[in-house]
Amino acid sequence: MDAVSDNLIEINDLTYSFGARTIFKALNLTIKRGQVTAIMGPSGTGKTTLLRLVTRQLVPDHGVILVNGVDIATQSQNELYRMRQRFGMLFQNGALLTDLTVFENVAFPLREHTRLTNRLIRHVVLTKLHAVGLRGAADMTPMQLSGGMARRVALARAMVMDPDILIYDEPFVGLDPISMGVIVRLVRRMNDALGISSIIVSHDVQEISTVADCSYLISDGKVAASGSPDELNRASSELVRQFMHGMADGPVAFHFDAPDYEEQLLGRDAE
Amino acid sequence: MFRDIYITLFGFVRTFGALQLFFLQLLVHSPGIFIRRFGLVIGQVYNAGALSLVIIMVCGFFVGGVLGLQGFSNLAKFNAEDSVGAVAALALVKELGPVITALLFAGRAGTALASEIGLMKATDQLSAMEMMAVDPIRRIVVPRFLGGVISMPLLAAVFSMVGLLGAHVVCVMLLGVDVGSFWQQMAQAVEVADIHEGIVKSIVFGIAASLLAVWEGYNAIPTAEGVGRATTRTVVISAIVVLIFDFMITAVAL
Repeated sequence: MDAVSDNLIEINDLTYSFGARTIFKALNLTIKRGQVTAIMGPSGTGKTTLLRLVTRQLVPDHGVILVNGVDIATQSQNELYRMRQRFGMLFQNGALLTDLTVFENVAFPLREHTRLTNRLIRHVVLTKLHAVGLRGAADMTPMQLSGGMARRVALARAMVMDPDILIYDEPFVGLDPISMGVIVRLVRRMNDALGISSIIVSHDVQEISTVADCSYLISDGKVAASGSPDELNRASSELVRQFMHGMADGPVAFHFDAPDYEEQLLGRDAE
Repeated sequence: MFRDIYITLFGFVRTFGALQLFFLQLLVHSPGIFIRRFGLVIGQVYNAGALSLVIIMVCGFFVGGVLGLQGFSNLAKFNAEDSVGAVAALALVKELGPVITALLFAGRAGTALASEIGLMKATDQLSAMEMMAVDPIRRIVVPRFLGGVISMPLLAAVFSMVGLLGAHVVCVMLLGVDVGSFWQQMAQAVEVADIHEGIVKSIVFGIAASLLAVWEGYNAIPTAEGVGRATTRTVVISAIVVLIFDFMITAVAL
């Protein structure tokens, strides 16, 4: 394989603002095929926004995003929808359709996009549910699931069309250690067994270190650091050290921008 | 102050334009969905229509009953109490049937639609569909819109029918109006044009109430407060729009 087709997603010179706030300034980022790539950063740096840009749920102000070498900005809605069928996305809270059972949730993309017989759909769905260990929950409704289970069902649904790329938005948030371990193991296993590429957006440094091949640390609208988890751990930059070791204050200030403390408490405004 | 008026007016025109585009989008997708995904539409006819039947029938019965009582006591002054059937039928078919049904429909089915779609948006279900390459307008919004549009005239017809039954119970069975003249006078007074007017009204109200409900839900701010506000707006705006359209159609039909 030549060097160009090694890059699954290429982001060049991306600029995006939300209202008056600039979220990305000339961001450059490359995601390699077949790897688990992590995108990390403090809360509010726009990690989820980046995912929405890559899947064109949002449109950048400036810059180019290439997926498989194709500029996604030039695609028609049909082409875009065809591209999205190659994506599987796991939303933060699972985003299961609450009016359908677990089984029907996983079957949903198949019923919408294929003409498979019911027998075959049943077969595929049960296989995918088995892979995430929830074959027994097929007849439950999303309301009856715990947070970890809902996320596993969402993972089964994301996989059901056999995508090339799996995108995880904060898959570890709010999970107990056991569920977290299960998800971490699933992410790695899916990636290697199915030969797909994975993108994880997260700020759980510990879990990311065990699963990612390559990480990007985003801060202030730019890539602050990149490399394998080991490389990031050994990085000398103040910001990277603050983030990787979870220090309260540093380049990312503990205090949100505010007027002078003494002035506000004792000054004229205080009256 | 002029600036405020300007901003309000500008916002209104912009929202109104966006609503029309949204309506066009629904119309473009409607035939395809109606033919290819008829099952989805039927499901929504059940949600919006069948589940509203009880409230529509109960209200229809009592509205008809009140018409009978009021009609009887007022017409009796002129010894014309036999015409009460005609009065009740005209009032029900031309005005009260479509209008009250539309108001009840907005309160029962419209709010359900708006909050359902709004909550789907707030819980990322619509984004998830987008990501699965399923257009939420086609999969979620259009079937619900069509379900409402189909249900509303049927509900209005049921309302008028049950209303006449209510008037019959009150006038004939309780107040002793002659059953023959009750129905005979009704049949003579109500013309086909009156029924057409009622049907046109119920179709227009059905389109307006369903459109506003799915529009408010689809454009709700994706928070608990936003969905609540969208639900309220659905009822309030639907009621206003229905009454304005009622006036306009009546004026044209006269």
